[in-house]
Amino acid sequence: MSNNTFGLVARFDSPAAVMHAAEEVRDAGYKHWDVITPFPIHGMDAAMGLRRSLVPRFTLVGGITGFTLGMLGIWYMNAFDYPLAVGGKPMFSPMFAFPVSYELTILLSAFGTIGGMFILNRLPMHYHPVLKYDKIERVTDDEFLIVVEARDPKFTPDGARKLFQKLGAKEISDLEN
Amino acid sequence: MSQAHSQSSGAPILHGAGVLREVEPAVLPRPKLVENDRSFAWITDKVMGIIEGPTPRWWWWSMAVAVFVASFTVMGLAYLVSTGTGTWGLANPVNWGWAIVNFVFWIGIGHAGTLISAILCLLRQKWRTSVNRAAEAMTIFAVVCAGLFPVFHTGRVWFALYPGFLFPFPNSNGIWPNFHSPLEWDVFAISTYGTVSALFWYVGLLPDLATARDRFFVAGRMMRAKIYGFFAMGWRGSNRHWSNYEMAYLLLAGLSTPLVLSVHTIVSFDFAVSLVPGWHTTIFPPYFVAGAIFSGFGMVLTLMLPLRSIYRMNDLITQYHIDCMCKITLATGTMVGYAYAMEFFIAWYSANPFEGFAFINRAFGHYAWAYWTMISCNVITPQLFWFRKVRENTALVWVLSIFVNVGMWFERFVITVTSLARDFLPSSWGYYSPTVVDIFTYFGTFGVFSVLFLLFVRFVPLMAVAEIKAVTPQADAHAGHGHGEAHH
Repeated sequence: MSNNTFGLVARFDSPAAVMHAAEEVRDAGYKHWDVITPFPIHGMDAAMGLRRSLVPRFTLVGGITGFTLGMLGIWYMNAFDYPLAVGGKPMFSPMFAFPVSYELTILLSAFGTIGGMFILNRLPMHYHPVLKYDKIERVTDDEFLIVVEARDPKFTPDGARKLFQKLGAKEISDLEN
Repeated sequence: MSQAHSQSSGAPILHGAGVLREVEPAVLPRPKLVENDRSFAWITDKVMGIIEGPTPRWWWWSMAVAVFVASFTVMGLAYLVSTGTGTWGLANPVNWGWAIVNFVFWIGIGHAGTLISAILCLLRQKWRTSVNRAAEAMTIFAVVCAGLFPVFHTGRVWFALYPGFLFPFPNSNGIWPNFHSPLEWDVFAISTYGTVSALFWYVGLLPDLATARDRFFVAGRMMRAKIYGFFAMGWRGSNRHWSNYEMAYLLLAGLSTPLVLSVHTIVSFDFAVSLVPGWHTTIFPPYFVAGAIFSGFGMVLTLMLPLRSIYRMNDLITQYHIDCMCKITLATGTMVGYAYAMEFFIAWYSANPFEGFAFINRAFGHYAWAYWTMISCNVITPQLFWFRKVRENTALVWVLSIFVNVGMWFERFVITVTSLARDFLPSSWGYYSPTVVDIFTYFGTFGVFSVLFLLFVRFVPLMAVAEIKAVTPQADAHAGHGHGEAHH
């Protein structure tokens, strides 16, 4: 094990196997580790001990911004900066400003949601050690990985390897930075 | 408890419930979403094979035809811009003609894509996974076709994009757009709809682009690996990512649901907020939304059935999928039929002579031919989907889906033109006919749509591979462990 080691990676061939293994790795007390799967596995968040995603907060901020922007913007444009008298209607009313504000709420919520997802996931990240794994094309197809990172305080090469062997990993290998 | 053995089940059992205990509710077999128990790798190979294999000959022929048809739109629009909007058939009193009919038609088509991707996601309808990618692509391309009409009806089209005309920038006199107008609401509804649909589609694509990247890399096709890799943004399938991704996907579904309902609602406001008889009705928003979903499912069937047979996708788009889509078409078509009847009823019940005349005129006036085309395509055609024999006859379903498309175009034509051609003042009554420029421009949009859709079929994974895998039985990590979470 050199300093160039990112961690130890184990390959599994079924969702049930990787789920069971993830529960064990979680219980072994590792912090810097991950499960790599070709599709989202139902229940894996609990098996990894992940907290609820923070994406909704970004959504909320986006939505509030959108609605405020719509209402204030329309008030500014049609009632303040250049009052526009049309059909005897009031210069400003939340009624006629609602449809546009509603759409802007949704638009900015969507921006918040997607932006939040990319920020929380640290994407785009075109370089990552996991992508150098020699069978990565299987992992975006039908196989499953567990990666334990070398920077984890509990990480020892032998300890992690033994754990993976006990969990029935199909293949165990080092992953370089 | 007289029956000691019943206590062993752990549940308290009432006296005299012995019969009920023996009667088990029938367990209906769950339809398989992927037939023949295909493996994960089979699904990947099947869908990715389309973009990895050589370009099929039919694709080139279809592309040639599509480009030829699309050139009609290019010609129509070039002639319009160089000559003026007088080349369209609009004349008093019909100042809304083909442009808005075609706009509403195309926007409506898009709605099925969002229904499948968003509403069916919230309702946990797992069958959506094999059709949602293509249906969302259809949505985006339909919005592109729809958008051509409002943009080009301005004539000098650069002014539409120029600050102040559609989007809120003050014009040269410092006047901002008029937000009292439903037409301005529509600008926001349509642009939000297009943007959010495209983003939703792209987010759904990320995992499949990563799969494509890795497969092209292994196959040594580096140019493609780089292009798909660029768009995959370094997706690596990390479960920490999936956790945020699934939350974002759910939220986008939750946002798209009110969005799609609002879009056609606001489109219907273009009509309903006016005072024209036949337009000024409160039934318009729900009736437009139902009609939009109806027409959209017609188009989904029109597109997916040929693709299913060309690419032999019968294991992924099963008879169950076709049944579901036919039934939604039936349900929304029936709602549309109900709305037609209700419009007539209210026209009579309101005791408003103008309203009454507008509807009698629709059914028996100069445009009766359009009205009865609409009724036969939209009300009668979908009723055939009650019959299993019809739903199982793929060729017949395809033909019926074309009728749905035709009928829904005529619905917009009937609504727009009949009310305007016979307005309040008999001296100004007229008869609207499209010009050759109108017809070319509209005909060509089918080519524009087809060009975009063919490019999609060739270069983008046609189905959401990761999502399909996630709904197969073997993806269930709890299977056989008795966690009780296997089914929802």
